[in-house]
Amino acid sequence: MAGVSRVRRQLPTSPWLFAAPGLLVVGAFVLYPFVSTVVNSFTDRRTLIPGRFVGLANFRELIHDDMFWTGLRNSTLYIVGVVPALVVLPLLLALLVQKNIPGITFFRSAFYTPVVASIVVVGLIWVWLLDERGLVNSLLETVGIGRIGFLSDQWLLLLSAMAVTVWKGLGYYMIIYLAALANVPRELHEAAAVDGAGAVRRFLTVTVPAVRSTMVLVAALSSVAAFKVFSEVYLMAGPSGGPAGEDTTLVMLVQRTGTGLTGRVGYASALSVVVFVVTVVLMLLVLRADRRERT
Amino acid sequence: MTVTEERVQAVPRAKDARVTDEHGRRIRIGELLWRYTLLLLVLALTVGPFLWQLSTSLKGPTEDIFSSPPSFLPEHPTLHNYQRVADTIPVWDYALNSLKVASASVVTNCVGSALAGYALARLRYRGRRIATLVFILAMLVPVEGIIIAQFTTMRELGLNNTLIGVVLPGSVGAMNVLLMRNAFLNLPYEIEEAAYVDGADVWQRFLRIALPSVKGTVAVVAIFAFMGAWDDFLWPLIVLSDPSRFTLTIGLNYLHGTFANDERLVAAGTVIAVAPLIALFACLQRYFFRGVGEGAVKG
Repeated sequence: MAGVSRVRRQLPTSPWLFAAPGLLVVGAFVLYPFVSTVVNSFTDRRTLIPGRFVGLANFRELIHDDMFWTGLRNSTLYIVGVVPALVVLPLLLALLVQKNIPGITFFRSAFYTPVVASIVVVGLIWVWLLDERGLVNSLLETVGIGRIGFLSDQWLLLLSAMAVTVWKGLGYYMIIYLAALANVPRELHEAAAVDGAGAVRRFLTVTVPAVRSTMVLVAALSSVAAFKVFSEVYLMAGPSGGPAGEDTTLVMLVQRTGTGLTGRVGYASALSVVVFVVTVVLMLLVLRADRRERT
Repeated sequence: MTVTEERVQAVPRAKDARVTDEHGRRIRIGELLWRYTLLLLVLALTVGPFLWQLSTSLKGPTEDIFSSPPSFLPEHPTLHNYQRVADTIPVWDYALNSLKVASASVVTNCVGSALAGYALARLRYRGRRIATLVFILAMLVPVEGIIIAQFTTMRELGLNNTLIGVVLPGSVGAMNVLLMRNAFLNLPYEIEEAAYVDGADVWQRFLRIALPSVKGTVAVVAIFAFMGAWDDFLWPLIVLSDPSRFTLTIGLNYLHGTFANDERLVAAGTVIAVAPLIALFACLQRYFFRGVGEGAVKG
């Protein structure tokens, strides 16, 4: 015991020397910007003009800003569209690659490739695939369905972007599920099989309950990420957010409003505060759902 | 069909007797068939788009890339588009900028998070709990919500439109610090104790004993720092405005916005951007997967 306390006794300055670079970076580029975002949201600050305190004016403007509601709608729709797919599909994929059959490590790695690629690369690949004259439409025409304007219709665009988000996320959540599945005792499956339960039944009564907490984790991670969607929609719908800006997401609106030399930092900060609040609410909701299930 | 029946049926087949699952049980040939069919289908869906992009980038200017039914392989493969993309935008300079940013991010993240993680895990000092809390809070802040303030901070520091400005906000990730802290916490005290008795000071214990024991976690931090910086889009898009300083992702966005009608060109650009990471992934897969596991537990 004496040894432990001796090892831990240090020169008074060195611990802070160790922690200093990390604390400095996190303080200056994460925590200070966070505080400054909240403060700025109550001002009319612009990129080149220091702001004055304007109280809740930015938030009052928000409520009457159609673009804000469009952004909020699209970011919320994104959660609705993406999260169920990202909770279920990677689990099925994990079940598919779980058994150690020959070549399975190759398949696992291959399925992970979209995760490694930059979202810009992924976005541009799909812009080309879903182009009016791209591969998907060529195939659709070949089989006699005809061409579809995936990237010209407001709703098809949003749906396509969601599909790309799911496509890119599959491999990531598959790996998370694989780790969870490794902990499911095989005896449970065998007992269910002896009782005559089919594959679907065993999936619902054995696998799902066993990985439920992982599903909650995946729901939490993917819903927070979905609400903050930016790149996919920006690349596929363009910087202005598709036809009449109808595909603008909340973070796209933050980026568009707050940057550049004429950027309205105050108003963009108010939009950012909405992003914070929704993110925190989402995390709390998921945590609460998890707790309720455990008790 | 029960498990016991499966086993009985599988026994007489000598050929597939070596195909067994992780518990050493044989898998029926029928199940193998549908498993491989599904695997190949998913493979086509996940890797296919990359191959289509590669194929497009290798098609010559006279070849119809819009044909229906599509032609999957280039008739006369050519590297011409790679030369043309370099003539259109300074793509190799952009690649170099990306490499600089990613390498700097690897160094700062490894050094910064190892040092801070060690301080949080091992060193006893007043305020250690507060320091830990600072990193936990920082990890919870959504980056997308603070980019405007980060941008004004960079302007105030005069670092907007520089590569240093691109690197700085992510130069020591809070999550990496907490990963390193956990790794150090899992090391037994006794080893360092012995070194202390031998007269090693705190730096020597850190560098010679603690750090070599957490090499795996350092590798995870390095890989994710590299991938994060190389792939990042939103932040460089905001902080960089001068086209001569673009990173690859911003350059590709610029290429797409300006020369959107030339699909061969954009395809060549994306292949240049994604190839290094796929190569890195192919070599260091297990660290990628390990990082997902550790990150998810924390995240």
